[in-house]
Amino acid sequence: MIEVNNVHKSFGDAHILKGISTTFENGKTSLVIGQSGSGKTVFLKCLLGLFTPEEGVISYDGKIYSELTGAEKRNLRAEMGMVFQGSALFDSMTIAENVMFPLKMFTKQSKSEMEDRVNFVLKRVNLENAHHKMPSEASGGMQKRVAIARAIVNNPKYLFCDEPNSGLDPKTAMVIDNLIQEITDEYNITTVINSHDMNSVMEIGEKIVFLKDGHKAWEGSNETIFKTDNDAVTNFVYSSDLFKKVRKMYIEENQ
Amino acid sequence: MTYLHNIGAYFLMIAEMFRKPTKWSVMRTLILKDIDDLIIGSLGIVAFISFFVGGVVTIQTALNISNPLIPKYLVGFATRQSVILEFAPTFISIIMAGKVGSFITSSIGTMRVTEQIDALEVMGINALNYLVFPKFIALMLYPFVISIAMFLGVLGGMAACVYGGFSTLEDYITGVQMDFIPFHIIYAFIKTFVFAFLLATIPSFYGFYMKGGALEVGKASTTSFVWTSVMIILLNYILTQMLLS
Repeated sequence: MIEVNNVHKSFGDAHILKGISTTFENGKTSLVIGQSGSGKTVFLKCLLGLFTPEEGVISYDGKIYSELTGAEKRNLRAEMGMVFQGSALFDSMTIAENVMFPLKMFTKQSKSEMEDRVNFVLKRVNLENAHHKMPSEASGGMQKRVAIARAIVNNPKYLFCDEPNSGLDPKTAMVIDNLIQEITDEYNITTVINSHDMNSVMEIGEKIVFLKDGHKAWEGSNETIFKTDNDAVTNFVYSSDLFKKVRKMYIEENQ
Repeated sequence: MTYLHNIGAYFLMIAEMFRKPTKWSVMRTLILKDIDDLIIGSLGIVAFISFFVGGVVTIQTALNISNPLIPKYLVGFATRQSVILEFAPTFISIIMAGKVGSFITSSIGTMRVTEQIDALEVMGINALNYLVFPKFIALMLYPFVISIAMFLGVLGGMAACVYGGFSTLEDYITGVQMDFIPFHIIYAFIKTFVFAFLLATIPSFYGFYMKGGALEVGKASTTSFVWTSVMIILLNYILTQMLLS
């Protein structure tokens, strides 16, 4: 479980995160949503340890990150998988080499053991025949799936995804969402996803944290988001006519 | 204040580069790749420039020695001194700041822009050791490039001298061998090692710490070339003062 308590982060005079507290539970897919500029990516980078909060505590299964030694931090990071917004695949390596990279760096497995594991995870993300392609030869959806494969190849305890659906068509976005959800359930991973894709919110948001101007404005689930009368959430989530209708139908069905 | 901040950040980067080394089996591959990219990949342009600039140095020297009392073998002597002391170590290093330096800055800068460096850091990898250290080790072979530049510079001078009719082959070779001081070679290689260090670290610094997008990668490459050149010229002066005066 990841516990976040009163986290503040500033860059110069810009106060980006203003006292965020929440928890992300094991085996659940949690979504952090909010408008562009609300502090989602900064928050995720604080969780990853890429940014150090000025104030507040982030703990992983009871271990407070800021109190860990350098070696403990590195060990913890080896238990994290990350899917970046732009996939962040190493463009000098093939898809198989990208996926094998964490194994090469952190395990003492033989080459054949690593190849078996790479084959397994690439099959898991439906990319059996893409081993020798370069990232530049892969489509956006394929790149995202490779990024997911690389993130899970080392059996991480925590999986972070920064807008995994951005730039993808609705069908591919749904495939990616389902894949993340299945992997989270299958391996009991603590998954945190930054998103402003409302389909993801409705489909896989077992827990949803809504950020507005660096504050946590609301938290709940994809069930309770239909019922909330929080203005900030309804203005954001139900800004389109389609989602207004979906909400209306949901409320009518459940009355 | 920005300059002071950058100088401090540069030295911190160098210290960090040696910490928490990457697994040797991975590092070995990276070093070999960087030797291929930075050293082997530069041989063609270095050979071409050295040969022809050596020729130009010879022609300029020969044309400026109009006094019949000055022996013709001085052309070979002047060419050797120019090539070994300045042209090969310093002039080639400035060219390498453009070729190798901009390659390093743009490749690391692109990795920063596309979050590949963030990906390394999230995995718990020391990104500076992973990216900069292999380049530093690869450029320790830079004296090999400079040796070739020295040889081809003197050879180009010989070709220009003989085929241009400025003196005989015997005179040129006599001049090249005349008053040879072995310390000049040591001096040239000391400079070469210092310049190799600058060529590996300054462009890496500008690539690693750049912010922004594709446009900023271009700007960072230009800035890294300017500062690498400035530092090469400055340290060339200081080292010459220390070692030869």
